[in-house]
Amino acid sequence: MKKRIIIAAIALAAGASALSAQSRKAVRLNEVMVENSSSIVDDYGEHHGWIELFNSNFAPIQISSMYLSNDSTNPKKYPVPLGDVNTRIEKRQHVVFFADGEPNKGTFHTNFTLIPGQDNWIGLYDADGSLIDEIIVPAELSIDQTYARKSDGDGEWAIRTGADDDYITPSSANVIKDTNSRVEMFAEIDENGFGMTIMAMCVVFSALLLLCLCFYAIGAIGKSVSRSNKIKSSGDDHTDREVRAATAHDSGEEIAAIVMALHEHFNAHDAENTILTINKVKRAYSPWSSKIYNLREIPQHRINRR
Amino acid sequence: MSFGDFLLNNLRQFWELTGFANAELGNFVMLAVGLFFIWLAIKKNFEPMLLVPIGFGILIGNVPFNTGAGLEVGIYEEGSVLNILYNGVSAGWYPPLIFLGIGAMTDFSALIANPKLMLIGAAAQFGIFGAYMVALLLGFAPDQAGAIAIIGGADGPTAIFLSSKLAPNLMGAIAVSAYSYMALVPVIQPPIMRLFTTKKERLIRMKPARAVSQNEKIIFPIVGMLLTCFVVPSGLPLLGMLFFGNLLRECGVTTRLAKTASNALTDIVTILLGLTVGASTQASQFLTPQTIFIFFLGFMAFIIASTSGVLFVKLFNLVLPKEKKINPLIGNAGVSAVPMSARISNNLGLEYDPSNYLLMHAMGPNVAGVIGSAVAAGVLLGFLV
Repeated sequence: MKKRIIIAAIALAAGASALSAQSRKAVRLNEVMVENSSSIVDDYGEHHGWIELFNSNFAPIQISSMYLSNDSTNPKKYPVPLGDVNTRIEKRQHVVFFADGEPNKGTFHTNFTLIPGQDNWIGLYDADGSLIDEIIVPAELSIDQTYARKSDGDGEWAIRTGADDDYITPSSANVIKDTNSRVEMFAEIDENGFGMTIMAMCVVFSALLLLCLCFYAIGAIGKSVSRSNKIKSSGDDHTDREVRAATAHDSGEEIAAIVMALHEHFNAHDAENTILTINKVKRAYSPWSSKIYNLREIPQHRINRR
Repeated sequence: MSFGDFLLNNLRQFWELTGFANAELGNFVMLAVGLFFIWLAIKKNFEPMLLVPIGFGILIGNVPFNTGAGLEVGIYEEGSVLNILYNGVSAGWYPPLIFLGIGAMTDFSALIANPKLMLIGAAAQFGIFGAYMVALLLGFAPDQAGAIAIIGGADGPTAIFLSSKLAPNLMGAIAVSAYSYMALVPVIQPPIMRLFTTKKERLIRMKPARAVSQNEKIIFPIVGMLLTCFVVPSGLPLLGMLFFGNLLRECGVTTRLAKTASNALTDIVTILLGLTVGASTQASQFLTPQTIFIFFLGFMAFIIASTSGVLFVKLFNLVLPKEKKINPLIGNAGVSAVPMSARISNNLGLEYDPSNYLLMHAMGPNVAGVIGSAVAAGVLLGFLV
């Protein structure tokens, strides 16, 4: 019992830490604006530089107790506050922090600012102080321009000017998709479906062929193991050839026929000792199955005699 | 307001909430379809475990009501009981649970004993991609075509799982079509099997399968899961659960879990799945020209799948030595539809040779078909999502 509890606890701890590590590491710095004059405003109607985070996971992530910093020697400069439901980022969604140096304004206001005209280093740290993501925003970034990933969560960084084909996307995807590009690609290039059929059937065949070959190999190994076991158990020193010849016809049907013939020949019956044994049936006690707790006392009929 | 007016107004309002006041022709058509399914299940014994819940689900889903009254009873109304139960279909977690049960109740011995039968299960998946091509011809987008084509896998849970990901709007029609044709396998397959085989081929006797050791049975789900899922990780929910269920069955130390997975759990999920799939066929959503196309494509898919299975065996026989020839009557079993299509192989074999039992041989491609259709679903998902 003790062993089981220990194993369960280890498994649980390992699973929990793996899950936590896996999910937290999926948060990414995604887009940064250093100097903001016409982009989004905060809850107070003011323009400030901002930092966008992106949850690249396909599950929500709670970012409270993570840290943002603009100083690599002080990783725990700005802790994301606890107790705010908005610090939970839904799957593949974004959140924006205003770098206004006024943390008292609310959860999404950092205690540092970004300085125009110089390189700005930004780091994102987990609660234990381990670095998750970092970026150096170049000094040449102009007012109302952003430094952003080319696609959400991964890929290279580039300066975005805010032009029509180079748009700025606070709190939304860096590449706005209105269609499924893969489906469009298939519709355009493989309009009759031959390509899909060839590729998919190749994959299906190769998966099952792989399985097939694997089980031929396992079957062959199993046969040779059982053959050597037979030799060992019989104690004979038959040659391999003889054993192979003897086992080649070991089909279930033939064995069943031989056994049936022997049974008929010897008129064999199972030996029965005719002793009747009654074993005590043990049932583990549980208050859930106890009659005492389930049955109410039967009311007794009392007759008042005077 | 007089007392008479009061009564009259309330009764009028009540009347507006009743099914009689809200009924449309589509509702009656769907109610008739539901009754037909129940009749097929009870009188003709066509897949009653599926058709009774689906048929009754169609009745439930097509009782008309005033959708503007905010009763929160419809399957598409968020928060309604039916909507909560439908989450297993729409979010795709019923099908993997069914696969867990299938794994726990399937004996893969026939397949392990004769691994080349797996290739028949692969060949039968041509049905899926044949239907995919026809669906594209009919003007469906590739993702919709993929969701419809999976009907050819003859595997209800797989069809539901894939359509919930690729084309949720077509899921009701796809699921009903898949289950309907699975129920109609005894009608669809025998003529195809007769058409593409000669009498001599139907009389081929196959060597009895070798005995499979317990170790091989234990290794199969582990290696099977790892190999297939490494090739197609998108098939993980279905294949993972299928092989996990089989490991529970074969490892010998989790008998209780295997029993629960193959009996109670499967029964519960089958009830919920059938009922909610049936209820999702509300006339307003279901009776569209697309549904007719989907039923047509599903039929095509079944025919192509069965044909390709049979023809593949004939092709395979050309390279096999005489004593190892395969009876092409087991080719149809590659479409999965476990175990109905294997039974058809057996029955047809017995029709031509009363002592030629093909059931165990047909179970090989039959379960390979389950794996093959899950792999095919994974491929479609990988390519189109």
